[in-house]
Amino acid sequence: MKDRFIVSPAPHFHDKTTTKNVMWNVVLALTPALIFAIYYWGFNSLLLTLLGAVSAMVTEAIIQKFRKVPITVSDGSAFLTGMLLAYNINAGAPWWVPILGAAFAIAIGKQVFGGLGNNPVNPALLGRAFLMASWPTIMTAGWAKPKSGTLSGITDPNVIAVNLQNLSPKAYDLVTGATPLKVAQTLRDSSFVSSLSANAGQGFDLANRIFTNLTDLSALKNLFWGNIGGCIGEVSVFALLLGAAYLLYKEIIEWRIPLFYIGTVFVLSFFLAPLKGSGFSPLLPFFHIFSGGLMLGAFFMATDYTTTPLTKSGRIIFAIGCGILTMVIRLWGGYPEGVSYSILFMNVLTPLIDKLTMPKAFGRVKK
Amino acid sequence: MRLKTFPGGVHPPDEKRYSASVPITEAPIPQKVIIHLSQHIGSPSKPIVAVGDEVLTGQKIAEATGYVSLVQHSSISGKVTAINRFPNATGSSSMAIQITGDGSDKWIELVDEPNFMDLPLEEMKKRIGEAGICGMGGAGFPTLVKLSPPADKPIDTVILNGVECEPYLTSDHRLMLEKGEEILIGLKLIMKILSAKKGMIGIEANKPDAIAKMQELTKNEPAMEVVPLKLRYPQGAEKQLIYAATKRKVPAGGLPLEVGIVVQNVGTAFAIYEAIRYQKPLIQRVITVTGSPVTKPQNLLARIGTPFSELVDFCGGTKEEVGKVICGGPMMGFALPTLEATVGKGSGGLVLMNTEDARLNEEGNCLRCARCVDVCPLNLVPCMIVSAVKYDNQKLAVRSGLNDCMKCGACAYVCPAQIRLVQYIDTGKIRYAEAKK
Repeated sequence: MKDRFIVSPAPHFHDKTTTKNVMWNVVLALTPALIFAIYYWGFNSLLLTLLGAVSAMVTEAIIQKFRKVPITVSDGSAFLTGMLLAYNINAGAPWWVPILGAAFAIAIGKQVFGGLGNNPVNPALLGRAFLMASWPTIMTAGWAKPKSGTLSGITDPNVIAVNLQNLSPKAYDLVTGATPLKVAQTLRDSSFVSSLSANAGQGFDLANRIFTNLTDLSALKNLFWGNIGGCIGEVSVFALLLGAAYLLYKEIIEWRIPLFYIGTVFVLSFFLAPLKGSGFSPLLPFFHIFSGGLMLGAFFMATDYTTTPLTKSGRIIFAIGCGILTMVIRLWGGYPEGVSYSILFMNVLTPLIDKLTMPKAFGRVKK
Repeated sequence: MRLKTFPGGVHPPDEKRYSASVPITEAPIPQKVIIHLSQHIGSPSKPIVAVGDEVLTGQKIAEATGYVSLVQHSSISGKVTAINRFPNATGSSSMAIQITGDGSDKWIELVDEPNFMDLPLEEMKKRIGEAGICGMGGAGFPTLVKLSPPADKPIDTVILNGVECEPYLTSDHRLMLEKGEEILIGLKLIMKILSAKKGMIGIEANKPDAIAKMQELTKNEPAMEVVPLKLRYPQGAEKQLIYAATKRKVPAGGLPLEVGIVVQNVGTAFAIYEAIRYQKPLIQRVITVTGSPVTKPQNLLARIGTPFSELVDFCGGTKEEVGKVICGGPMMGFALPTLEATVGKGSGGLVLMNTEDARLNEEGNCLRCARCVDVCPLNLVPCMIVSAVKYDNQKLAVRSGLNDCMKCGACAYVCPAQIRLVQYIDTGKIRYAEAKK
């Protein structure tokens, strides 16, 4: 036996969790959504996702080399950022979009602040905001059509093949050419509704019919499986829930943020949406939680460790804030969807939330 | 069985299989012993022998130097051969008395007090003080001080700590199984000294045989209750044990006596029994020598001051390469550079780890994942303390809980970035304590 041993501070025991396996497990949990994307839109979605991931890793490696710090791309965090960024892009986008977006996300969103753990906001979402600001048309129009179905999820032939004789073709374009949230937003626009027909009453009638179909069971089913138009990784609620269940089971993410985020959207859509909507449907809350980027955002982006509060009560405040902002943007904002901006906004508030929710040490009395 | 526990905490693998079923064996009496003058919290003891003096087993060789201090005894008979710095059980070195044995193990005279339960309380306390007993769970607070609460803080409950939540260690477990009766007499004596009405024994659920044994022994003791506890580290930390057993919260920075409770380790209770009945000083203790490299892991009744190398040899040496040697448990114990150090009054275990388990992981960036926040049993924000210490922000460090931290290591255990949080926190504690002076 040798007579000199390793000396290190306690504890001398460690559980098996490492940064690396946390990150790659999240990548694994995101894979079902990619499989659904490939099924609906073909291999272009896989290509865009890989381009995003590789671009993120290459950018990180180059910057780390310049910064003369250890190159840590194998920890999976850059891959994950690139993947999430690509998940926020239209499956029909050109190949260079995820490359630029991921490079921006890593360079400006992460490395300028000192790399992993130091970024103030979610880098993937910052990358998306950059793309939205720079190429708004690519990011919000020209959606790839799912293999079978429509962009809006409305498949009722009575609505799609509506008797157009007395109506503007705008109605047809709307239900076949816009994502569900865009349809909902457009229907709230009274000038649009009145332009549907020369006869104001008829236009209003049609808008109501479209709205009912948008939030009925068959449309919700399309929303649940992802048979609609949207970004690569966000459309299939089913696939995202599958991955989320895995992360919750592995205790990689915690239930508070997704539950309170989705819960807030659910409750607010019940009370607020009818105020702003063109109609009311009891299924409206489900329409709101299944559509847009909410599932992807609530389970995979708002749970990002670095940019969310440390304390449990802080996480609840953060999640409720995300939910309120999402609904405000969806109903009153210029964009049909508000998940990414609401998370970015709450990311910025995180240090403040941490400060306000600092826990009281065991046995300490309030001063 | 309803199990009690505390909020927070972690579940490390308990690794007690190596030694849990091995009965306590007396280790051979060593040729030489090193009795450290500082085996406890408080001021070091002062030698009352000189090099060359002959001493008997159990003879007092150092006296207390204040209220919070301890007396020390020789654990073998022989001659004082050195008073110098020697390696100690915390991986460092400190002043100690070396005694070279004469091989006869000639003891001082012990008594067998027939009515020891009826001794005056002052006499009981005197015997505890004279026996040099300190907390045997690891911290080593002088027991006499703990048993002398101020008059305005009445104690109603005594809790015996048989939790042994550190992985690997089984010395308290075996002691409860083999000396259960004596431990309970010890508890009765402590309750008497403190005039406490209730006695509790906290045991973690991974020791069902010890729970059953203690329940059987306390069947006809209405004042005593066995409290089975959920398996969770650090269940054996004083404040967490008190909370789990009684729901009382010890104030931050305060002592258990402020909520009317005194906690003693089961080994300490046993030592108290021996001190009061036989006037036997604390010169031996049970220590678990264990870990995958140890050929024959055992629970040894060893003399205080026995070199660890001799204990390992007695356990048949090692069967694979050793990477790390830990005195105490793997969560809070001290890594030793060599096996030269000796058994102290607080040494409950000697854990050997193979080179694979001992490998140090590379530290990464903090992800702010808040796992450390979730597991902290004291409700602190460990990652915030660490970054405050790193950037030398004393105010933020204190506000995040620097001074409240008991260094249980749960945060560092779960950190995915492998950050050695306890080391940073310790650095902060030392740095800012010096700043205060």
